[in-house]
Amino acid sequence: MSAIENIPGMDNGLLRFLTCGSVDDGKSTLIGRLLFDSKTILVDTLHAIERTSKKRGLEAIDLSLLTDGLQAEREQGITIDVAYRYFTTGTRKYIIADAPGHEQYTRNMVTAASTADLAIILIDARKGVLTQTRRHSYLAHLVNIPHLVVAINKMDLVDCSQTVFEQIMSDYLDFAAKLGIEDVHFIPMSALNGDMVVDRGERLDWYQGPTLIELLEAASASHTEHAEGFRFPVQYVCRPQDSANPDLHDYRGFMGRVESGAVAVGDAVTILPSGRESRVKDIQVSNQSLPRAYAEQSITLLLDDEIDISRGDMIVKSGELPNITKQVDAMLCWLSESPLDPRRKYLIRHTTRESKAMLAGIGFRMDINTMAHQAAEKLAMNDIARVSLKLAQPIFVDPYADNRATGAFIVIDESSNNTVGAGMIL
Amino acid sequence: MALESLKMLKTTITRQALTHLDWLESEAIHIMREVAGQCANPVLLFSGGKDSICMLRIAEKAFRPGKFPFPLMHIDTGHNYKEVIDFRDRRAAELGERLIVRSVEDSMARGTVVLNSDDESRNKHQSVTLLEAIAEFGFDACIGGARRDEEKARAKERIFSFRDEFGQWDPKNQRPELWDLYNARSFKGENIRVFPISNWTEFDVWQYIERERLELPSIYYAHSRPVVRRQGGMLPVTAVTPARPGDTVETVRVRFRTVGDITCTAPVESDADTIAKIIAETATTTITERGATRLDDQTSDASMEQRKKEGYF
Repeated sequence: MSAIENIPGMDNGLLRFLTCGSVDDGKSTLIGRLLFDSKTILVDTLHAIERTSKKRGLEAIDLSLLTDGLQAEREQGITIDVAYRYFTTGTRKYIIADAPGHEQYTRNMVTAASTADLAIILIDARKGVLTQTRRHSYLAHLVNIPHLVVAINKMDLVDCSQTVFEQIMSDYLDFAAKLGIEDVHFIPMSALNGDMVVDRGERLDWYQGPTLIELLEAASASHTEHAEGFRFPVQYVCRPQDSANPDLHDYRGFMGRVESGAVAVGDAVTILPSGRESRVKDIQVSNQSLPRAYAEQSITLLLDDEIDISRGDMIVKSGELPNITKQVDAMLCWLSESPLDPRRKYLIRHTTRESKAMLAGIGFRMDINTMAHQAAEKLAMNDIARVSLKLAQPIFVDPYADNRATGAFIVIDESSNNTVGAGMIL
Repeated sequence: MALESLKMLKTTITRQALTHLDWLESEAIHIMREVAGQCANPVLLFSGGKDSICMLRIAEKAFRPGKFPFPLMHIDTGHNYKEVIDFRDRRAAELGERLIVRSVEDSMARGTVVLNSDDESRNKHQSVTLLEAIAEFGFDACIGGARRDEEKARAKERIFSFRDEFGQWDPKNQRPELWDLYNARSFKGENIRVFPISNWTEFDVWQYIERERLELPSIYYAHSRPVVRRQGGMLPVTAVTPARPGDTVETVRVRFRTVGDITCTAPVESDADTIAKIIAETATTTITERGATRLDDQTSDASMEQRKKEGYF
């Protein structure tokens, strides 16, 4: 994994992952270790943290200093916000979303999880499965992260005991089964010494499974493991009407990103909400035509018929329609310091579409420490609840469990313009 | 298990994994189109530097055959390399897009920028001129080429980053940003800064320049230049930054990793005169981009955070 190997070979694409845990679990040390062993940390950064480590009277370099971002955080010795870090292994680019582990920061973890393909949940081998572990696992599951890795860290402090590892694994699987979590990998680790992160080390030779980096390299870099319908929310309509270029006079390009599925020239499509049908005439990226396009590609679609389509409309394949609805049931995470007011109207942003919305009812509030359902009248910051919403305009949805892009929405408070909630449609 | 393997099979049919550059490019196009869709009067900041050169290519891919739904703007300190300014003007003309230039010197003439001393760097004063230009044109969004890998404070900034009437960034009170559902709403006088290449690294930028065969100002490539060595770094000798008495002026083969205000952008020693050589050097370098070349970030651990709170990009 020397830097020189970073030149050729790319490309096993890009993987976004999330690390959950507190500083005490060694999360910052783990991230520091990944950056350090992948040679992402450069000499001047290393010198800076060496100086700080010495200033604080530490003997070895404190790799956790790498992830201390803001002045306010350094003063308080805690992490306030999600930070994004980057490294590459020579075959794959990684984006780490580093979420703080403190209880009051549920909203940060949900934020970081929303774009992640994989989550690493850190457990201190001395402490085993804690309330915090359950909370992180529930949130990762709620936000539907496809892959979960449980890193049982600080193995050096429990004599690298296989029995301890297996006991924690068994405890974890017990409660994971209750949550419905299926795909979990367990790795014993010492991030401080680097064992089982990038290198195997020598202390954990009873463990035959992959190292963390081997797991990351092999994980499927997709947001989903199952087939999804073609969903194309229109972001912007291109009508150049360039008088110098008569060829462009009738050009109508519908610009957006394929949020899921695939589309090919000739496919029959339906436009929502009008329900009108047409066929794909051309798929363009810049000035090039493509025969087909896949999820995550930003493209321009041209259709056979002249149809009035604007931002907020959605183009889907005929026969694969989403639900067209003005009423949704969802799990809602409240993100704002001002509580959800059941009497007020809010704005919902779903794909490229907006609608006024109001609360029709709260089913229950989730106690994410005990997983118990509680009755609730209103929601405060960091609360997660099952709610029903009534909308002024129809939106085109799939259940979040099937499709992240068409199952997710945010709630905006028009009086402040703040993003105050995040919803996942059931 | 049979069901599981069937699902896996379907996955391989419907999905085609993008390369990392394709993914980053697609994300950036999506972000620019969201700005065009959500904002009434956006602007794209274009300095002639390599990151903003990538941004122009992304804008072409996002909006052609139409025109860009925003003008380009440069906040000129008056202390920029001529090669870069010439390139800036030529590139805007080639694209047929409108370029607005606003000058820190005009703010100085108005008295809104006051330097501590004649030789103080004008770099941080760009914030004032930028805010004046935002007010003059009523821009509700400024698209910029900043990257999260550049600096610790940037690592925590949103892609759509809200600024109040004074252009201030409040790191402790950022809008949550989930999935790709961006919130660009603002009230009159407020402003959203948008960073479409937030998730790119310096290395990604160079790889993209190579892949797209993007032209760069000549000073990005190795050339001979008179410099003096000071505090372990190299400073270019120019009309704006003359040698001081006692300095030894040497001519060295150098290139710039970033270009900006002359008084705070230093070159690095290099023989890399092609993109391929620059990429090879970037892959093996031991110093971060800002560490090597930005004199303004070294004053303190938190200097970028401080400047951003004051309205800097």
